[in-house]
Amino acid sequence: MKQTADPMPEKGRDLNDYNFAYLDEQTKRMIRRAILKGLAIPGYQVPFASREMPMPYGWGTGGVQVSAATLTPEDTFKVIDQGADDTTNAVSIRKFFERTAGVATTEETARASVIQTRHRIPEQPLTEDQILVYQVPIPEPLRFLEPSEIETRKMHALEEYGLMHVKLYEDIARHGQIATAYAYPVKVEGRYVMDPSPIPKFDNPKMSGNAAIQLFGAGREQRIYALPPYTQVVSLDFQDYPFEASKADASCDLCGADSSYLDEVIMDDAGGRMFVCSDTDYCRARRDAGQSGSTATRENGS
Amino acid sequence: MYVAVKGGERAIDNAHAWLAEERRGDTAVPEMSVAQIREQLKLAVNRVMTEGSLYDPDLAALAIKQARGDLIEAIFLIRAYRTTLPRFGGTRPIKTAEMACIRRISATFKDAPGGQVLGPTFDYTHRLLDFKLAADGEVPPAPTTVPRQEPTPHITGFLNREGLIQQEPPSDETPPDLTRAPMELPGSRALRLQALARGDEGFVLGMAYSTQRGYARNHAFVGELRIGTVAVEMDIPELGFAIDIGEIEVTECETVNQFAGSKTEPPQFTRGYGLVFGQTERKAISMALVDRTLRWRELGEGNVGAPAQDEEFVLYHSDNIQATGFLEHIKLPHYVDFQSELELVRKLRRDASGAQEAAECPL
Repeated sequence: MKQTADPMPEKGRDLNDYNFAYLDEQTKRMIRRAILKGLAIPGYQVPFASREMPMPYGWGTGGVQVSAATLTPEDTFKVIDQGADDTTNAVSIRKFFERTAGVATTEETARASVIQTRHRIPEQPLTEDQILVYQVPIPEPLRFLEPSEIETRKMHALEEYGLMHVKLYEDIARHGQIATAYAYPVKVEGRYVMDPSPIPKFDNPKMSGNAAIQLFGAGREQRIYALPPYTQVVSLDFQDYPFEASKADASCDLCGADSSYLDEVIMDDAGGRMFVCSDTDYCRARRDAGQSGSTATRENGS
Repeated sequence: MYVAVKGGERAIDNAHAWLAEERRGDTAVPEMSVAQIREQLKLAVNRVMTEGSLYDPDLAALAIKQARGDLIEAIFLIRAYRTTLPRFGGTRPIKTAEMACIRRISATFKDAPGGQVLGPTFDYTHRLLDFKLAADGEVPPAPTTVPRQEPTPHITGFLNREGLIQQEPPSDETPPDLTRAPMELPGSRALRLQALARGDEGFVLGMAYSTQRGYARNHAFVGELRIGTVAVEMDIPELGFAIDIGEIEVTECETVNQFAGSKTEPPQFTRGYGLVFGQTERKAISMALVDRTLRWRELGEGNVGAPAQDEEFVLYHSDNIQATGFLEHIKLPHYVDFQSELELVRKLRRDASGAQEAAECPL
């Protein structure tokens, strides 16, 4: 194979030359089958032949594949990372679908029909017309207790979750409470223990009885799982140590919200800090409606 | 006043522009062509083809150029391209016994039919920097000879004839393809070999080395290492027979390993197998050692708990595209999770100091 001339004029392909939403139809069909199976067995991790995507594993390839298999040309797509539409990876994924699927995109939670998320559930309640797609790094809730996949699959099959309860009990013995702040394990319809993805435990209650379809994609680990609308999702706890959805004990300094999840922002070298809504669309909508927090008040006052 | 961070899109575009400029480097230095990489950085091209699971030297060279020489990044580019290609069908198994060898050595026999052919190897070079290369890389043509016409027989075949080496059970089963089906463990040997062939060279090397140093030792000899080109044949249904669709260069390694024998079986050598694209010997030998180690159950050996014996450990962690993606994803924002941990740690510390104060001043 000796060649000297430039070898590959016709090999180049633009992102726009790919099939709708990048993946070929065969692959999408395979993913849809996995999604349907997941919906039929809520909380069960369905193995699927995850494809190599043009973005790295661990950066949302599972969510991207689920979104690609779910999107139709009529959909309106929203992507959030850490609750925000403008974090770099959210921008990158939104751009990817703008280019490969040409779908309409939005930052407004209410206007989106498909929302891909990393680490948050939007504050505004979702509706039956919406699909929430989670990016999942490690789909196995038992992974950090048992590293072997062969073993954990067996444990799920036998509904053998004693190890998880022992772990939670040990937390209480050591720290006086369950020391898990995010990716807090849940039980789905009384059967499968499921990893809710690394959302803060503040978001856990929003999963239960949610009107939207919730789909979970783990690309590197080749797993899809799902919650059909109005599925019961219970955060694991003990009667005498009930689950508590916690957040920073403050209200948003921009919009004044006292029941939304807050990010802490360091303001100066002297320990100054402020709290702002992690859900940027929620915060913006509140400010547009005339709500304001302490910063705005201070600014106006001076 | 605090303004929520905006402008991610512009930041990304600017970062890409800067990256492109950095890739090109000093424009006073002539640009490198894809053909130059293909011809002069051939071993890098081979690694990218092997771990990218795509035999295309031109594309691999392009990927290396685009990736600024970061081979894992280049492998990623090839993998992402490969997934989008349609599948026309499968070829027949390549016949390495009919390989046109450029290199063929055996560590187990001083000489054998086909001979010892050193070929283009670093093996006996003295690793002294050649400063002449910095000024002028042109070389006089190497001496040539008439290539061997008849096929070069496999060394293990000689041992096979005497029954001294364990026989591989023949199978016409279609091997699984981990790029098209989710990996299910325990896997077949074919699946393991596919994963090892795609696996990171450094990882597979480290695993192989650990077996040599005593973590599941199975003392290996390089029974044979051969490098050369083989024809790729494909059955064309419309024709009703197979035709050559091209040829590829591969490295094949068969190791000969010790085996104690059992009550039912007399002592016999066992083997490990490695096959990779291009001249990629380190990888082929490593692959053969790890393959052999992973066969402990099948060959009735004990599990000594060595990492290289743990199929799940090896197969789940050998893929550098999966590993690098997941490793590097911790660069992404995690402030929501971190915030929840922050609250928790603060609360735990409050509770702890409260308990301490209560203990210090009992009322």
